[in-house]
Amino acid sequence: MAENKERIGVYVCHCGTNIAGVVDVEEVARWAKENLGDQGVVISKDYKFMCSSLGQDMIQADIQKEGLTRVVVAACSPHLHEKTFRVAAERAGLNPYLTELASIREQVSWVHKDKVVATEKSKAVVAGAVSRVVMHEPLEPIIVPIAEPTLVVGGGIAGIQAALEIANAGHPVYLVEREPSIGGHMAQFDKTFPTLDCSACILTPRMSEAGTHPNITLLTYAEVEQVDGFVGNFDVTIRQKARCVDTDACTGCGICEQKCPKKVIDDVFEVGLGYRKAIYTPFDQAVPKYPVIDRENCTYFEKGTCRVCEKFCPTDAINFEQEDEIIEINVGNIILATGYDLFDARRIPQYGYGRLANVFTSLEFERMTNAAGPTSGDILLRDGKTVPKSVGIIHCVGSRDRNYNNYCSAICCMQSLKFAHLVDERTSATVYNFYIDMRTPAKDYDEFYQRVLDEGTLFVRGKVAEVTDAARISGEEGKLIVQVEDTLAGKQRRIPLDMVILSAALEPRHDAYETAHKFGIACSANGWFTEKHPKLDPVATMTEGIFIAGAATGPKDIPASVSQGSAAAARVLSYIERGELALEPVRAMINQEQCSGCRICNDLCPYNAILFHEDQMVSEINQALCQGCGTCVAACPAGAITGTVFSDKQVFAQIDGLLFLEKSALVPEMA
Amino acid sequence: MSDKPKFAMYWAASCGGCEIAVLNIHEKILDVDANFDIAFWPVAMDAKYKDVEAMEDGSILLTLFNGGIRTEENEHLAKLLRKKSQILVAFGSCAVEGGNPGLANFSTKDQIFETVYSTVSTENPDGVYPQPSFEMPEGTITIPVFEPVLRTLDQVVDVDYYMPGCPPESHQIEAVIDLVIQVLEGKAELPPKGATIGVGPSTCCDECTRTRNVKKIKEFRRIQLVDDIDPDLCLLEQGILCVGPATASGCGAKCPTAGAPCIGCYGPAAGVVDFGARMMTAVASVIDSRDPDEIDRILDGIVDPAGTFYKFNLAHSLLRTGNATWNGK
Ligand SMILES: Cc1cc2nc3c(=O)[nH]c(=O)nc-3n(C[C@H](O)[C@H](O)[C@H](O)COP(=O)(O)OP(=O)(O)OC[C@H]3O[C@@H](n4cnc5c(N)ncnc54)[C@H](O)[C@@H]3O)c2cc1C
Ligand code: SF4
Ligand code: SF4
Ligand code: SF4
Ligand code: SF4
Repeated sequence: MAENKERIGVYVCHCGTNIAGVVDVEEVARWAKENLGDQGVVISKDYKFMCSSLGQDMIQADIQKEGLTRVVVAACSPHLHEKTFRVAAERAGLNPYLTELASIREQVSWVHKDKVVATEKSKAVVAGAVSRVVMHEPLEPIIVPIAEPTLVVGGGIAGIQAALEIANAGHPVYLVEREPSIGGHMAQFDKTFPTLDCSACILTPRMSEAGTHPNITLLTYAEVEQVDGFVGNFDVTIRQKARCVDTDACTGCGICEQKCPKKVIDDVFEVGLGYRKAIYTPFDQAVPKYPVIDRENCTYFEKGTCRVCEKFCPTDAINFEQEDEIIEINVGNIILATGYDLFDARRIPQYGYGRLANVFTSLEFERMTNAAGPTSGDILLRDGKTVPKSVGIIHCVGSRDRNYNNYCSAICCMQSLKFAHLVDERTSATVYNFYIDMRTPAKDYDEFYQRVLDEGTLFVRGKVAEVTDAARISGEEGKLIVQVEDTLAGKQRRIPLDMVILSAALEPRHDAYETAHKFGIACSANGWFTEKHPKLDPVATMTEGIFIAGAATGPKDIPASVSQGSAAAARVLSYIERGELALEPVRAMINQEQCSGCRICNDLCPYNAILFHEDQMVSEINQALCQGCGTCVAACPAGAITGTVFSDKQVFAQIDGLLFLEKSALVPEMA
Repeated sequence: MSDKPKFAMYWAASCGGCEIAVLNIHEKILDVDANFDIAFWPVAMDAKYKDVEAMEDGSILLTLFNGGIRTEENEHLAKLLRKKSQILVAFGSCAVEGGNPGLANFSTKDQIFETVYSTVSTENPDGVYPQPSFEMPEGTITIPVFEPVLRTLDQVVDVDYYMPGCPPESHQIEAVIDLVIQVLEGKAELPPKGATIGVGPSTCCDECTRTRNVKKIKEFRRIQLVDDIDPDLCLLEQGILCVGPATASGCGAKCPTAGAPCIGCYGPAAGVVDFGARMMTAVASVIDSRDPDEIDRILDGIVDPAGTFYKFNLAHSLLRTGNATWNGK
């Protein structure tokens, strides 16, 4: 390493007292100058805030005056400021990838207290960065053009919002929805908290706008099968399931649905509380208005006779021969807004759902309160006749519970308060809320809580142990008894009730992991889609060109889902406006001669960037798809894959550098 | 003696298979004889160390050195042959990366002696252990000192070329001999110093004819316990831990073709620093489960991880049992 021609500048940041409070930064800078000269260090300085414009100016001036060929900044984590210093280097005419950010904040000052140890460790980290930066190679960004159309997957409120924003800006959108109609969960509700405006009244105008918008191609009863390509140029294969209804002829008159003799329990929209026909639209305001034949339950498809709908259809729109259609589209960006599933309350057997008739889930209750629902909005027990005299609402069912989901489902407190209000409004029943903590943080939410308190709803703070029909004392016969520890009163209580509603958790879609894999994004440990940055980039993902919005990213209310829909649309619009995108050239590459075609790497890439050439038996990485995560680099047993910026050479050089102190025996005992 | 260039071959800590492999090149051995003077080759002809010591430095053109360095005698000969040879080849897995004898680096010298001289399978009623020197009425007799760890040839002396294999395949040996002869005749050039010779550019799978799919592993099975091996499908996909994906090509995928998993004798692929680590990350990457308990259960199917991933390369690995513990005297 002695014949090094590089001229390296080292800059040690104080980060105010963030670093300087624990690390002797002047000493680190001095030491680097004195000891790392052999490696090529010609300048070493410390400064209060390297990321400030003055700090950046200092680097730029040195690059130009001193002819620096590499730059090491010892400061915070690369996640934070790697880009800042790359751009600074670039402004001074140095290739941005000839820089290295050594983390002496997250990895040193924030995790150590002993100043001597922290200072010595900082030296080691700097020495590692210096040996590593020598191995860096200049890289050029990869420029890709952005196709104008956008794909939005999921036609809930988040997806509808995103589609409308982009369409209104004048760009084509494909909106793909799995169910026969768009609308998502919001279409199932009667009233929405905290304003109690009618869900359908605010949702249906949006739905029909999406349905008729000249820039939106609506594909309902359809699903994405395959996604190839990369940002700016995704080839998407969509399966349009056969509706068995010719949409050009159908006027949506609904006669077929009236006449169809086959009743089916509606497990989706009515969550099992009501029936639909074998030919159906999920609800009256469905968009599009065209029905679908559920081929699994249609008598004709089961037994070969019936065709009643066909007989009565005034426009001959029924077509039993229709087949699934494969649609191929090319889009520049994709927004995933696939929403959530409701926690299956059967998983908590002690709450009795599925066993005790008058235990309902939150979505069942939503349908019950809906004027267009199975009880026409009346709150009734399972017998369909009796109005309850007492109702209990249990919060956090499947949320904040280490046996199911640790997280808070965010909407259940408000939704439970909404239910309490609706019961109060429509019946004379006594209402109990069983809660662990009350969480009402958003605009007008706590005011709503106050209102429900004023309405006389009773609140019991404690986690419900059990819901049972086993009466022990008089007054309990024929009732559901809620056993709960009232933690405010400090005693166990048994409260007999007519009806119990379980405010079930929001969970990731049952197929969220497969969806994520299909689109090359990641899921959190809980299964929600992972954002690029939880705070600063909540609707982008680590895969360029794939954005996420709504409850698919985690439990959320409607305002937050809508905001995310708009935010994702804004991100897409900025890409469309620019017309092209410069991708970071941090990529992995396979040496074709070294690749044995063992296929170890084939299924590992979180971005689906690796393809296998069956004919030549070698694997290849799509350069635009690869995000340089390094997964395959580590996995390839043949060492055939090299990651730019993370090559073995670079990593081993860094390790050698880190051990530099140990080799020169300067290091004190690290306690 | 003629003025033909001189050839030597030496056998340190190894099984002797490498020597047989060289003899096993059939009539090609006559080319060796025609082109070289055999200066020193204890297996093939009688010679004394002092004859070698008397030779001029650099007077041997080519030495094939097989076996790791386990004793003082091994070390002495390595240093001696280095001095006397122009081209020193680490020949065979033991010289290149320690080989099977290198697995002993998991144990201390005392543990090794204990196992060899006093466990149940040993008949040693007087508890006799080897002593480096011993007084006899006739005088002091000595045996070479057993060193604390086994080292690879390049951990002891400078090595010009590496030729892996346990043993190297005949066709590769032939090719190397041909090359050296061509160099002698001025028809070819030597590869750059430090090169690994007698291997292919890829790994064993490249030469293996078994069909491969995207790898997903649900269980590991020991081959002796499996009676339904699919003769055409990749063994690894059948749960039999074949380390072919990490092993340099060059052998012609002999083992997997015959139905036995590759055990890695050809060593790591070019540029790979630690064979075992490479293969472990590869295997870990394709375990087909997201449930920690199931993953543990699947991995428990690998009954001898050290002997599987480090069968040949422990002494040359990044593990502390590699070269780091003891750097000689
Ligand atoms: C009982 C209950 C009451 C609630 N009440 C309120 C309230 O009063 N006020 C409020 O602000 N919030 C309320 N919420 C929260 C509200 O439901 C969500 O904030 C909102 O529905 C999220 O919208 P979304 O578009 O993200 O998801 P969703 O509404 O779940 O829509 C997702 C859509 O994507 C479709 N989809 C899924 N997967 C695919 C796929 N692979 N391909 C194609 N399409 C797919 C689905 O069919 C669905 O149409 C309530 C929630 C519950 C459970
Ligand atoms: S064929 Fe009969 S059962 Fe099937 S959708 Fe038409 S009317 Fe209903
Ligand atoms: S893991 Fe390596 S050798 Fe195997 S197919 Fe992938 S690139 Fe090729
Ligand atoms: S480094 Fe490999 S695994 Fe990671 S994104 Fe690139 S191709 Fe995929
Ligand atoms: S059997 Fe072994 S060598 Fe052959 S393809 Fe499978 S892993 Fe590779």
